Amino acid sequence: MKVTFPHMGNQYVATKVLLDELEVENIVPPECSKDTLDIGTQHSPESICLPLKVNIGNYIESIKQGADTIILTGSCGPCRFGYYSILQKEIMKAMGHNINFILLDPPQGDYKSFFARIFKLTNTKNPYKIIKALAKATRVLYLVDEMEEVSCYKRPRQKKIGEVDIYYDGFHKKVRKIHGYREVSKLIKETINNIKSIPEDPNREVIKIGVIGEIYTIIEPFVNLNIHKKLGNMGVEVSTSLKISRWLTEHLYLQPLKLTGEKKIRNMAKPYLKTMIGGHGRETIGHAIDYAKRGFDGVIQIYPFTCMPEIVAQSILPTIEKDFDIPYLCLIVDELTGEAGYTTRLEAFVDLLIRRREMGISDKLLSRN
Amino acid sequence: MSVKIGIPRGLWFYDYFPLWKTFYEALGAEVIVSDITNKAILNQGVKNTVDEACLPVKIFNGHVLALKDKVDYIFVPKIMSVYEKEYICPKFCGLPEMVKHSIANLPPMIDIEINFNKSRKSLIKTIYLFGSYVTKNPIRIRTAYLKALEEYNKYKEAMKAGYIPIDGYLQKDQSKLNIKPKTRIAAIGHSYQLFDSYGSMSLIKKLQKENIEVVIPESLNMKSINNLASSLEKKMFWSYGRKTLGTALHYTKNKDIDGIVYISSFGCGIDSVIEDIFERWARKSNIPFLLLTVDEHTGEAGINTRLEAFIDMIDWRLNNEGNLSTHG
Repeated sequence: MKVTFPHMGNQYVATKVLLDELEVENIVPPECSKDTLDIGTQHSPESICLPLKVNIGNYIESIKQGADTIILTGSCGPCRFGYYSILQKEIMKAMGHNINFILLDPPQGDYKSFFARIFKLTNTKNPYKIIKALAKATRVLYLVDEMEEVSCYKRPRQKKIGEVDIYYDGFHKKVRKIHGYREVSKLIKETINNIKSIPEDPNREVIKIGVIGEIYTIIEPFVNLNIHKKLGNMGVEVSTSLKISRWLTEHLYLQPLKLTGEKKIRNMAKPYLKTMIGGHGRETIGHAIDYAKRGFDGVIQIYPFTCMPEIVAQSILPTIEKDFDIPYLCLIVDELTGEAGYTTRLEAFVDLLIRRREMGISDKLLSRN
Repeated sequence: MSVKIGIPRGLWFYDYFPLWKTFYEALGAEVIVSDITNKAILNQGVKNTVDEACLPVKIFNGHVLALKDKVDYIFVPKIMSVYEKEYICPKFCGLPEMVKHSIANLPPMIDIEINFNKSRKSLIKTIYLFGSYVTKNPIRIRTAYLKALEEYNKYKEAMKAGYIPIDGYLQKDQSKLNIKPKTRIAAIGHSYQLFDSYGSMSLIKKLQKENIEVVIPESLNMKSINNLASSLEKKMFWSYGRKTLGTALHYTKNKDIDGIVYISSFGCGIDSVIEDIFERWARKSNIPFLLLTVDEHTGEAGINTRLEAFIDMIDWRLNNEGNLSTHG
């Protein structure tokens, strides 16, 4: 059994560690590229959201390298992500690939088949071994998210532009060649230290932008056209509202116990959106308010074209923009997104924020209070 | 003076309006329903909604705008889930908020949450909350609800008997009383699209004019549809999806129709999944399938051409198809 899985930002590092620790042979799909998306677009329904198209591309590229089993998580609505598994199965069948799917959906009461699937994947019934591997993978997930944060902090402040990305990109090249928790975590820690030691320019004015929206598009750099790097090199410190480590903790550990770590965010969103609407619609609203309160200069919402929860959020966000006086930019991505237009809009937005800050300072200088 | 309640003629209207209308009228409120969708309503809706929203939501906003200055309350319930472990489209879950933030100076909204995802225990309470806008008397609300339910069941029975609620008015196709229809075509789509003659470019009427018997999913036996749908590998968590996929299984099994016309609005998230699965199944079982995607720009001539071609194709198929293999 050679197992593969779809890409989603840095998640692959943790999944790889998980499978390595369980001694399951695994294939990390090649980095998402134009080819990946082309394959996906060709075989997916026209108006489905972008993540599915990229997933299909990932699978095909992995199959070419010999994968025969796909693991996929799921949900139970109301966002269409919950039906990804069925649709992907149909698509793969229609393409003539005979491939196994192992779905790790929330059990919804049916724990027996849920554990049967886990045992099938892990090839062991030893719960101790599974939990140990899971704990290690979770730790790796937190580490890569820390690396992401450190690089987002450093990029706008680095003396020589591009230095952070030498280490950052180097990490992604190296991590594919090594195996197991020990080596991977060592490499991540090394990378974090390297990035931290990059000399800073103390005179930089750093703008702060919060990126909100649909989790896949804000995490996967190929899909959001490297927004973290682009903004970082323009002198912007980027904070991402959703992190995969937090997502995992929320869905795997807290939700079955009916707990949540997002209470604060949900309460903030309450005056604007009373209930959950699937996906991360409510979190998008909550985080926008949170960023405004934390004094960020602006927020950018990114979501895949036709994403239902985010459309609801999008129609509410202009009110938040007014109420909290925080500039807001909405970027919608799909397979036709052109990079030049996208960059222009980002540059214009950053210019606007810089100008706004300057005006704020001169306002203070001029006022007699 | 009685309370004036405005019900926009959009989205869930086509499924539930007899229930809502009878309920509020029995309570003594005056119910005002917006006009049948027309160009002005659509244009207003398009102007006041985010670009990315789907056509039905834009039409709905247009209806809300048309009612805005005429009523005391606008009826925009927050319908999250009507069956256990099922949901409605996320846009419905956030509909009151979407309307509120898209349109300024609205009268108060009746935006009570309907959520039976966990259980139906909250039904009585939900009904009371809906009624409390008119009266605080629980007994009156209960009688009104029972009366409304009766009306609603009658409505459902009528649809089973072959009546189609075009624009909310139950109509039976008169043409087929004289001549026997030559073909049977299933018209599939969200009720708010299929039964809105402006939003669907009069799809049903156009088909009926060609002497075709149109069947809608609502005319099938819901119990058998639900049974079929429960045989799906993964539980379908959208109520509309369950109904449609069950219908698809019914047709692919029984093959008692000559073709399927699926109408979908551009950017519909649910259709992007359901339509695709439906189409795959229909092709596998050799049933002609036509997908019409509409948005606010769709030209009617293009739709007509495609429909005509589809109908011709079915006719030829019925008359001339020899069912001989082309490769020996």
